Amino acid sequence: MNEGRREIVQLVFALVGIIFIVKLFFVQVLDNRYAELADGNAILREVEYPFRGLIYDRNNKLIVYNTPEFDIQVIIKDVKNFDSARFCAVFEISREELRARFKEMKARKEYSPFKPTLFLNQLSNIDFARVQDHLDEFPGFYIQARTTRAYQSPTLANALGYVSEISKENLARDASGIYKQGDYVGQSGIESFYEEQLRGKRGVRFKLRNVKGIEKGSFKNGEYDTLSTPGANLYTGIDIDLQQYGEFLMKGKAGSIVAIEPASGEILSLVSGPSYDPSLLTGRNYSSNFKLISNDTLKPLFNRPLMAQYRPGSIFKIAQAMTALQEKVITPDTRIRCDRTIINCHGAHTNEDLRGAIANSCNPYFHNVLRRMLNKGIVNDPFEDTRIGLEEWNKHIVSFGFGKRLGIDLPNEKDGLIPTPAYYDRAYRNRPWKFSNIYSIAIGEGENLVVPIQMANFAATIANRGYYYTPHLVKAIGENGKPLPQYLERHYTTIDSSYFVIAVDAMQKVVEEGTGQYRARLADVIVCGKTGTVQNAPPLFDHSVFIAFAPRDNPKIAISVYVEDAGQGARAAASIASLMIEKYLFGGTKRPHIEQYVLNNKFE
Amino acid sequence: MSREADISGKLDWVSVLLYVAMVGLGWLNIFAAVYDETANQSIFDLSLNSGRQLMFIAAAVVIILAIIIIDMRFYEAFAYIFYAIILVVLVMVPLIGKEVGGNKSWIGVGSFGVQPSEFAKFITALAVAKFIGSVGFRMDSLRNQAVLFAMILFPLALILLQKDFGTAIVFLSFLVVFYREGMSPFILIVGISMAALAILTLIVKNQWYLHGIIGAVVVVLIFFGKRTVKRITTLIFGALILILTIESFDYVINNVLPERHKKRLEALVNPNFDPMGINWNVTQSKIAIGSGGFSGKGFLKGTQTKFDFVPEQSTDFIFCTIGEEHGWIGTLLVVTVFVFFLQRIIFIAERQKNRFARAYGYSVASIFFFHFAVNIGMTIGLFPVIGIPLPFFSYGGSALWSFTVLLFILLKLDAHRSQVLQRI
Repeated sequence: MNEGRREIVQLVFALVGIIFIVKLFFVQVLDNRYAELADGNAILREVEYPFRGLIYDRNNKLIVYNTPEFDIQVIIKDVKNFDSARFCAVFEISREELRARFKEMKARKEYSPFKPTLFLNQLSNIDFARVQDHLDEFPGFYIQARTTRAYQSPTLANALGYVSEISKENLARDASGIYKQGDYVGQSGIESFYEEQLRGKRGVRFKLRNVKGIEKGSFKNGEYDTLSTPGANLYTGIDIDLQQYGEFLMKGKAGSIVAIEPASGEILSLVSGPSYDPSLLTGRNYSSNFKLISNDTLKPLFNRPLMAQYRPGSIFKIAQAMTALQEKVITPDTRIRCDRTIINCHGAHTNEDLRGAIANSCNPYFHNVLRRMLNKGIVNDPFEDTRIGLEEWNKHIVSFGFGKRLGIDLPNEKDGLIPTPAYYDRAYRNRPWKFSNIYSIAIGEGENLVVPIQMANFAATIANRGYYYTPHLVKAIGENGKPLPQYLERHYTTIDSSYFVIAVDAMQKVVEEGTGQYRARLADVIVCGKTGTVQNAPPLFDHSVFIAFAPRDNPKIAISVYVEDAGQGARAAASIASLMIEKYLFGGTKRPHIEQYVLNNKFE
Repeated sequence: MSREADISGKLDWVSVLLYVAMVGLGWLNIFAAVYDETANQSIFDLSLNSGRQLMFIAAAVVIILAIIIIDMRFYEAFAYIFYAIILVVLVMVPLIGKEVGGNKSWIGVGSFGVQPSEFAKFITALAVAKFIGSVGFRMDSLRNQAVLFAMILFPLALILLQKDFGTAIVFLSFLVVFYREGMSPFILIVGISMAALAILTLIVKNQWYLHGIIGAVVVVLIFFGKRTVKRITTLIFGALILILTIESFDYVINNVLPERHKKRLEALVNPNFDPMGINWNVTQSKIAIGSGGFSGKGFLKGTQTKFDFVPEQSTDFIFCTIGEEHGWIGTLLVVTVFVFFLQRIIFIAERQKNRFARAYGYSVASIFFFHFAVNIGMTIGLFPVIGIPLPFFSYGGSALWSFTVLLFILLKLDAHRSQVLQRI
């Protein structure tokens, strides 16, 4: 039954042997391509690192560009007659350092004496020029060029972020397989958020090399080479001059300035104080500088405009007014007596209408307004009634962009906090609470938390009379890039736009007659603004806050300024905001005394 | 006892000679693969693979003596017990094993590690042969076939769990034994065509070409042949199954697998895919072998294999060193010796007087053939890169001992073939 099967098996075994012999004859004897390739030659695989995309400001001024940098690689197998004393002299390193580097290199997991291994990284142009002429004295050492980030001015560090070697953890987490150990990757700010667009694509070149390591042209005429593709350039809405001016004004202060173009949501400047020079986090000294900066007690890496959460203070009264009008618990003409028994006030006023109450920042007025809003008497139970009122109130306030991150194109944006009934249930551990427990939210104190960018966005919303675009830094990717669609959508508040006119009137009044009149008023343009003084735990000074937009009609700039521990909003913050508006609209200030006041005053 | 051990006159000395030649050549080439001219090393240096391999060879000699001394009935009698033990060990390996080069197939004994999966080969061969040799065994019984398949699939699956794909698929070589003992070639043909289809789906980007070819073949078969209803429906039905298979492969490859796995798979089935990326090893291996020319560069004169361009030079890619240093003459010799060796084993298997010994002989031949075909095929780009050693040539104790045991049990059985009752 199984006749002939033995022969079939034997035949198959023999046939495979014959196929091998024939194929080997082709590969070894007939085809001398391989002999050419080998015979002491070897293929060298050279990685071509792409140029990272550049970053421009709104006037097409360059902010971030690339500068060449050189790594020294070594193939241990090719090192001959190594003169370590000479090497140390040329590369300006100590003998111990040299020994440590060799040791570290050999300890690496992927180390092989036959492969190019990183020996010294990130030589600057200057170092390279010195070393270049001597490199032929050290066979086995090669140059790998790549680029590093460089900056036109030492500004905008926190928004831009930095680029550094990918960490082991991120490498392990990277599922795309794009990154390799030693690759550079955007670590924060725009560099991180737009990493995918900025990084470009690596190229690979295969070169032939003879025994002496001299290149002998490309392998198979470059059939397998791939060109590197540079990353896309980013066009931001930043006004770099305004940004520099803002950082100049914030020198020595902690806080933030956020300026937005209301008609587009483009961020004009994003100042975080204190900051650092972004060029410190490039090149060879990255690690030592990073350590220095991250250990700084003033936390220069903390991006305040997005991450610092403050109580909103009196500025919140505008949002309260809008909400109350929408809920029809007051009219613009409602007058409320300034009863200072429950809650304190400031300035000489007794019985204001809404505009006057905003201009004078009357605390009892808004205490009363919130009571009307939260306790409308929908149900008899005061606890339940507050609950219903707070739910309504929260819906309106959140529609201004508070309480939830706005979705700016930077990492690590914070939410802030606008309390809900559920929040108070947790806070009071399900014990009952009512208006008298929570009234401090009426004047922007209490549990409310906002971040500076939300405040700037709030100013932009009033400037637009009722809507905002998500604030963003990058308006286009690539030379002819279109505006990004997610930033073209209008976000409307729940408030009728007619009520915003009252807010605008009131804010104009603040600057012309109220708390902001001394330092925020400008001669050539109508500025609308609101001061805020955010309570701080004594003995620290209160935070000085100001939001504004200008001009009143067809506004070009909306701004929020936070200066920590600097007292009343009418002082430091109002001054800085008005100077920024002046700078942006007119190119500079006509009030050097205010500039001097900001720069020289310690605000203590 | 003395009668058992004194079999020198009956031992198949041709096989022993071929064995000694291959192990000796392997040892010299292992030295060549790790040789560094600047280091002034000796072939006996225990810090080198060649020095250690010599120790493994010495141990192999002890193993051979033991096999020859032990009663020949022992192997058949204990086959199932060994098989049960090795399955338990294989289950335990992933739990207590250590990881070497991505596989978790080693268990440590002091500073040495052994790979139980290597020993599973000859143990499974004994068990399979015992089952085939048992009284009343008939290959045409479906139940028997199911048992046989289970016997090879258990170790295969357990070794797959150790992520050692190469060693796992070696167990498929038992199909040759089943075929020889009477299994219908249908399963072999279907299996091979399925594999071929999967590979074709990966290589041929547009699966409509494949559909077209299948359609054309069916049309031709219908026209030239008996046009009975049954035959035509069978043909059309078969073609539909093939087309569905292609479509499902295509779906899995393009929609289920992530891009980089797909690339790996493509590289796996097509050694000429991405020669500068994933298949960089094959490219370098071919350069090394190809540069050897007709007569090679001479012993210890190779450059490619020593420059670390070829990975695993002393284990899986040992053939590169032979090709580079001894040229086509060297590879011709090795391939010829191997083919001759395989034919000799089949010759030995066929002269056995019982089914157990014959089936075992075929197992030995198929396992050696599988390693030979896959290993050399991979170094010259005829086969995907699957890491399995070239028997007797590659560096490594477990592999050498396992192959030695495999061969010498057969030689022991062969020496006593005239003493067994005929059970064929």
